[in-house]
Amino acid sequence: MEVTIKDFDEITILEVKGNIDSKTAPEFERNAKLATDKSEKIGLELSQVEFMSSAGLRVLLMIYRNIKAQNGRVVLIGVSEEIQDVMSTTGFINFFTIVETLDEALTVLKQA
Amino acid sequence: MATDIRIDYYPTHEHEGIKFRRGHALPFGATMVPNGINFSIYSSAAISCTLVLFERGEDAPFAEIPFPEEFRTGNVYSMIVFDLDYERLEYGYRMDGPFKPEEGHRFDKSVILCDPYAKAIGGRDTWLATPNWDDVYPYRSRLVFEDFDWENDHALETPIEDLVIYEMHVRGFTQHPSSGVKNPGTFAAIRSKIAYLKELGINCVELMPIYEFDEWENSRENPATGGLIVNFWGYSTVNFFSPKAGFAATGKFGMQVDELKTLIKELHKHGIEVMLDVVFNHTAEGDHRGHTISFRGIDNKTYYMLTPEGYYFNFSGTGNTLNCNNPVVRNMVLDCLRYWAADYHIDGFRFDLAAILGRDQNGAPLSNPPLLESLAYDPILAKCKLIAEAWDAGGLYQVGSFPAYGRWAEWNGKYRDALRKYLKGDEGMVGEMVQRIQGSPDLYYYRGPTASINFISCHDGFTLYDIFAYNEKHNEANGENNNDGGNDNHSWNCGVEGETDDPEINRLRHKQIKNALTLLMVSQGVPMILSGDEMATTKGGNNNTYCHDNELNWVDWSLLEPKQDIFHFAQRITKFRRAHPVLRSATHFEHRDYVGSGYPDISFHGTQAWQCDHSESSRCLAFMLDGAHAKRGTILDDTIYVAANMYWDALYYELPVLPEGKKWHLAVNTDMPSGQDIFEIGKEPMIEDQQRFLVGPRATIILIGK
Repeated sequence: MEVTIKDFDEITILEVKGNIDSKTAPEFERNAKLATDKSEKIGLELSQVEFMSSAGLRVLLMIYRNIKAQNGRVVLIGVSEEIQDVMSTTGFINFFTIVETLDEALTVLKQA
Repeated sequence: MATDIRIDYYPTHEHEGIKFRRGHALPFGATMVPNGINFSIYSSAAISCTLVLFERGEDAPFAEIPFPEEFRTGNVYSMIVFDLDYERLEYGYRMDGPFKPEEGHRFDKSVILCDPYAKAIGGRDTWLATPNWDDVYPYRSRLVFEDFDWENDHALETPIEDLVIYEMHVRGFTQHPSSGVKNPGTFAAIRSKIAYLKELGINCVELMPIYEFDEWENSRENPATGGLIVNFWGYSTVNFFSPKAGFAATGKFGMQVDELKTLIKELHKHGIEVMLDVVFNHTAEGDHRGHTISFRGIDNKTYYMLTPEGYYFNFSGTGNTLNCNNPVVRNMVLDCLRYWAADYHIDGFRFDLAAILGRDQNGAPLSNPPLLESLAYDPILAKCKLIAEAWDAGGLYQVGSFPAYGRWAEWNGKYRDALRKYLKGDEGMVGEMVQRIQGSPDLYYYRGPTASINFISCHDGFTLYDIFAYNEKHNEANGENNNDGGNDNHSWNCGVEGETDDPEINRLRHKQIKNALTLLMVSQGVPMILSGDEMATTKGGNNNTYCHDNELNWVDWSLLEPKQDIFHFAQRITKFRRAHPVLRSATHFEHRDYVGSGYPDISFHGTQAWQCDHSESSRCLAFMLDGAHAKRGTILDDTIYVAANMYWDALYYELPVLPEGKKWHLAVNTDMPSGQDIFEIGKEPMIEDQQRFLVGPRATIILIGK
């Protein structure tokens, strides 16, 4: 798994490539922490994530909780249908706004 | 941070490259701790114990770590192992000790044992996916995240008398192709049917066993049909702390815990409670010929009731009997229920064959069973509903006498039998019906009507439709030459055995279903209906469908269309009950006027007002509930008059006189065709003749005085 952090003014986008499971979740979490420390508006670009385990979903929720405590906003971008299905079945989806593209994410986050 | 400087965060030992240290004896099971996992397990007679670790799904373990003797405290082995991938880990134990059945010991260190306190089980992750039959460890203990985000959810704590319970099987509810849901047969699918459940008007679902069981247990080819016979109902627990993975759409990803919790949270959001049908009377290990999965190999003598020769007592009818009143087993049951109440927000439990829980270690019934007492007084379970199936397969029948400690309710088997007999027109039933519709004060005088779970059908036995379509059971498909299942069905086929084109018979069957639903919903106590009965599902006269993963157990949603008169009726009569507090008293009637309304709280009538005919040949029962006495006079409700005529001709019933200014309005008349059989609340038409009402043959009416 690889994480790239990109800044768009006050918005931070994390681009994730690869699977997020219990092996890679700690690194994902470290990167997310770097992002949430400097920004309250976070976009997670997940179109190149094929599988997310329970541990991965938990990191998403930690990011959400962290940002919510700062009155910020998190948007998920390009989540595969299969992952959305799992997120819906396990309830994680209820916490998130999901958009298709980076542009949509930036629009949503700018308004937040 | 202070927590980082604890010295027990670091290993002291190493074995085959795995680092570990002495663990904590409590809590039992496997618990995540900083940098590692704490494992703790007890056995009263093992002489040594080894922790066995697997990567998920691998054939062979990657490590086996014997517990050093100094890691044992009393009979408890505990250790912390570091740097494990908790999400990919599967663990088990080997226990060494004597194999001396006559002394109660059946140790076998060649077997890898499942942790009784595991929180999830791997091995049967997808329903009926062919397992690896050669697996050295078929039911594998796993860890789960215990950090679910419940937000502001908690158990609903609805007063029990206000519940309408809907008994369902997780898979059976939506597995039929007609259910139209995305992940049929799963927890997630129930979530997509919440709108339906609300439309029906129920406010509690009781899930048939969802503790991990093996659907393959005793599976075999069905000689009658060539299909596969499986353990569909699941009354055979492999592990008490783990939800059945095969009931979760995400079971294959190991996310069944999140999926189930999400379902419970969502049901609660819609005002629907969740009860679990729990099976603490036996386990899936069977008798002395059964497989050793867990308990037998860990501490046989502790977990099971044994005969003096070391065989298994069989009060459950399934091979073994859990030794519930052994203090150690009792604590496990308590830990388990506390876990489900605290971590899953479960609202109540229904205990399968609960009379067993009141037997001592030799099988004799106890007058003051410690387990039942512990559950009744437990602080975490304090607001949970506790419901007993107050009998067992060893002949102990305790309906009305189950040790209740002011807490326990019971499946009222006598209610079921009396209602069935009265509905089919048996003689001499009026006297007993007077008791049953009052919440069975003859059985529960000191406990109140809330002790009585009223039902006419449940998973065990005929569906409501089949009660009026079959005289005899038809269990050939079970492969036991129709010898299994009860013979005391108290059913009547209305003229023809099974399906028929005869419109008169079908009309009568529908009317009888409506009669049954009406009497159930106007009885004091807690009504329970079987999932599917609201659309007249049939099991073709099979009264013991435990082994069928097919249409016999799958609710056929396509019936909603042809049986819409039943569904509309079920929906409205359920709402009628919930709209009228006078039907839901928490205390017994006093048969007198204690609020000064001029009427007693309840009065009984017949074809003549104020005269109930209890004679042998009478099939007429009418009663009036005074609205001024609703909830002991704290709420003003309408007055409700119910008249049932189970005689084969129509009869005039003289109506009691209402106070000045009030008139009788028709809420229900099961003799009328759909559309006129039940009226919407508030839209009941006033009846022309206020003095008497012609109640049709085998029909029931409800009038409301307002």
